[in-house]
Amino acid sequence: MPISRDAVLDWIKAYADAIAANKDYLTQLDSDIGDADHGVNMHRGFQAALTKLPGVADKDIGTILKTVGMTLVSTVGGAGGPLYGTLFMQMGAATPSKQELTLADWATALEAGINGVIMRGKAQLGDKTMVDALTPALAAIKEATANSASLSGALQQSAQAAEQGMKDTIPLVARKGRASYLGERSAGHQDPGATSSHLLLKTAADTWAGAS
Amino acid sequence: MKKLINKPEDVVTDELNGIVAAHSDLVRVHFDPNFIARADAPVKGKVGVISGGGSGHEPMHGGFVGMGMLDAACPGAVFTSPTPDQMLEATKAVNGGAGVLHIVKNYTGDIMNFEMAADLARAEGIEVEAVVTNDDVAVKDSLYTAGRRGVGVTVLAEKMCGAAAEQKRSLKEVADVCRKVNGQGRSMGMALTSCTVPHAGKPTFDLPEDEMEIGVGIHGEPGRKRMKLQTAAEITEMLAGPILDDLPFKSGDSVLAFVNGMGGTPLIELYVVYNELAKICAGRGVKIARNLIGSYITSLEMAGCSITLVKMDDDLLRLWDAPVKTPGLRWGV
Repeated sequence: MPISRDAVLDWIKAYADAIAANKDYLTQLDSDIGDADHGVNMHRGFQAALTKLPGVADKDIGTILKTVGMTLVSTVGGAGGPLYGTLFMQMGAATPSKQELTLADWATALEAGINGVIMRGKAQLGDKTMVDALTPALAAIKEATANSASLSGALQQSAQAAEQGMKDTIPLVARKGRASYLGERSAGHQDPGATSSHLLLKTAADTWAGAS
Repeated sequence: MKKLINKPEDVVTDELNGIVAAHSDLVRVHFDPNFIARADAPVKGKVGVISGGGSGHEPMHGGFVGMGMLDAACPGAVFTSPTPDQMLEATKAVNGGAGVLHIVKNYTGDIMNFEMAADLARAEGIEVEAVVTNDDVAVKDSLYTAGRRGVGVTVLAEKMCGAAAEQKRSLKEVADVCRKVNGQGRSMGMALTSCTVPHAGKPTFDLPEDEMEIGVGIHGEPGRKRMKLQTAAEITEMLAGPILDDLPFKSGDSVLAFVNGMGGTPLIELYVVYNELAKICAGRGVKIARNLIGSYITSLEMAGCSITLVKMDDDLLRLWDAPVKTPGLRWGV
């Protein structure tokens, strides 16, 4: 059974809950190397996105994802707004009029989203950003697809790859964003953007565990 | 935290309503999305000049909206970049048919939000050019950082671009003024105390009573070094030295010298700093042709100052002297 439209809505709600539960943790990570607003900003954005979901709940998946993206762009602010907004808007642009997603559809959507993030933020792998969690997650999905893994298995592997990528940001020296002003002092801290991106893929794997 | 506020989440809205109450002859305020625009915008045939950024730096940018300076300003939450819908609506509101210049301070969030707004405005057929200010010599400019922060030069560029736009120069020519002012300007700041972001409720950083932070940013970002407090003469040298070495300014150059208060420093101390700066410039043969002294780009209640020097030519001097009528800066009218 592919990922249904309702399952996509459930994922967004579950992620909003995960952000609410981790709001202070994300802000603490951000206060170590940034400007201490990542958790607060993401929480504000996803609470706003939740209020928009009822209006698009009967639309296609592409419309739902684009609506979330546009809401994030206009409510999050900082760097997280354009980046997460672009991620969702590009995922939506890659899934027009879809009522359900196969593993290949999800991989296409995720790749379009990540390409949008890279274009907007100009970060590369290893710059200590959300890209460091997202890129390995996409690679894991592609590898799982090549090995004919099940949808839920591929999602689990992508969440694990995102977790590893998130942990791998700890020793890195930041090259993008406000953390880069710290230079060497940014090493030893886990990147807050990579952390919220891991949560996004972990929530997808958990919410869609029954998909195949 | 001791602040003159009602609720932390209402600070920006309450402030904007205060601006409406005080200055409705000069500006109008649009809510949701939030922006402050000239009362007579759009001015037909004139390039629109807009800027924006996190709140907490007042009077920048909202206090500089009016004749001869900005056509609109987009205030974000305190120390948080505004969102693209604000800049898009402001751009549409001030477009008089000659295009719109976005003056953007170099911070990752500001750059991305302004870029998205410019893309959206161009999709609606409005010509937009963006110029990024990055004048803070305290930050190492390399491929491996987000680059130098935009600070004091932004205020001066807004004034001179506003004057150029009033002369009905083209979008490219107004943008060129911004690029020139930024390219010929350098700044550096210092803090005696931290600031407290209202929704955070506690000081952004800890600075012991007898210490200061040299090279601090306007959001309380760490600077070059922390050290024991010294005299105004020594502090001014620590700020002016790197500025004068960086451009470099040459003997015989004319400059606009801007001594800026960070929000919690009285004017009497800013004049003490200006006195030292004037001596340092004279010692290097640099002529201060114009000056600006006061708190114009602030960091909430932070005590401290920044120094900005811009190398001037005849055109920039005329643009600086041109009339301006805004809540925060006013002369010649």
